[in-house]
Amino acid sequence: MIASKTSQLDDNQRIVITGVGLTAPNGDDLAQFRSGLLAGKSGVVPYEIRYFGKTIAGVCNYDALRYQKRKELRRGTRAGSIGIYAASEAVKDSGLDLANFDRSTIGVYIGVTEHGNVETESEIYLISGYNYDTSVWSHHHNPRTVANNPAGEIALTLEITGPHYTLGAACAAGNVGLIQAAQMLRLGECDLALAGGVSESIHTFGIFAGFASQGALATHEDPTKASRPFDLNRTGIVVAEGGCIYTVERLADAKARGAKIYGELVGYAINTDATDFVLPNPERQAQCVQKALARAGLNPEDIDIVSTHATGTSNGDTLECEALRNVFRQSDRTYFNNTKSYIGHCMGAAGALELAGNLPSFRDGVVHPSINVDDLDPTCELPNLGLGTPREIGKVRRILNNSFGMLGINSVVIIEDVGAQGH
Amino acid sequence: MAPEEIREVIIEILGDIAPDEDLGSLDDAVAFREQLELDSMDFLDIVMELRKRYRVQIPEDEYVQLASMRSTVDYLTPKMSEVAK
Repeated sequence: MIASKTSQLDDNQRIVITGVGLTAPNGDDLAQFRSGLLAGKSGVVPYEIRYFGKTIAGVCNYDALRYQKRKELRRGTRAGSIGIYAASEAVKDSGLDLANFDRSTIGVYIGVTEHGNVETESEIYLISGYNYDTSVWSHHHNPRTVANNPAGEIALTLEITGPHYTLGAACAAGNVGLIQAAQMLRLGECDLALAGGVSESIHTFGIFAGFASQGALATHEDPTKASRPFDLNRTGIVVAEGGCIYTVERLADAKARGAKIYGELVGYAINTDATDFVLPNPERQAQCVQKALARAGLNPEDIDIVSTHATGTSNGDTLECEALRNVFRQSDRTYFNNTKSYIGHCMGAAGALELAGNLPSFRDGVVHPSINVDDLDPTCELPNLGLGTPREIGKVRRILNNSFGMLGINSVVIIEDVGAQGH
Repeated sequence: MAPEEIREVIIEILGDIAPDEDLGSLDDAVAFREQLELDSMDFLDIVMELRKRYRVQIPEDEYVQLASMRSTVDYLTPKMSEVAK
């Protein structure tokens, strides 16, 4: 096995995931989510939203009152609530005792695709009932719509006094939150990070209407079949909500407290297409993947699973597959899958959630498939593309997670099983 | 609107603003803040709801009149005497 550059770093510079908290349309913790992915369980359901009307969406069913009072729910945002739930679950999963942790040393880094649209639309709707009299515009509008809101609500609820902010990175944001955590831990800016991404996007009609106008909103008589990346008859994106937040620590700290370690962030990259507002650029995507591999000191054949970003749009899926064929054409060891086929596109949470669903592969050696591919688009053919049923592939050493977004932002993370390094 | 009706309205508004609180044992003579977990944003919610529901305008320098249930009802009674529930 090739020793990665990262594994040669001091344990104080090596970054590991030690806790996972999530809510997805098909599960409210990692065990539920993973079993849903292995069982082919969709979380896409009929949905209706103001102005736009009947559509479909990935809807979460987590217990919002587990970590918040009703008053706090009313005061805050859906993105904040999802973040509080996921962050609290992650802390619980990590075994960390926050009550005895110096909370000024915790950083909260949350990826978002967008924030504020939900509240702004609701307020405009409300004042429309008052002949657009702005004197009834809510005083809650600004604290709900500031861009740091979801991260701030997490910090407020968990009484974290270190830095908190969101990373606005379109649909690449879930990975970007994790990358930010690694950078801040390496810089010594925090000793523990709560990082990942959240999405409340199903509560804004604008995102549905915008994708519909773009010809990129999925439709299907059976909601569970609507999200179908790689299928010849794919019709676009299923908008979803969700959140996934990790506790992220330096390896030295994790070892010192005997933490459970899900995996090590051995490589990452963020780059930009700089070619179009929405149309992806496969050359830049390939460069992003290669940059992450180079940072980790890895070759394509060192990656066992690639979790694709594919959203079910006609161009997007084809172009990502072109990028992946270019990078991985020499590797017969790499398997590809997709999570949006189950839950739709969780926007700012997508990258973090899609990675999480694959992490159990380090333990069970199974790759969950993409579902809903009845007729594979030849332009999306990849060697070892998992379709329909899970596959046992033996020891999984590394997972590479793609997450791309509008304005040409690309993000890639590579997670390695710490056990695979012989610790 | 009679004083007892105004009180009912305030209880209804408080029920929305502070859904975790038991309003049944509220002492009208004691300040809301001493009995309920209310902050300045919550008081603004009371002002906003009265504005939205009944077009009652409360100047900022008169917010202090909303300290307790009794002072609130006393303050609103002349303002809302012509308002239908």
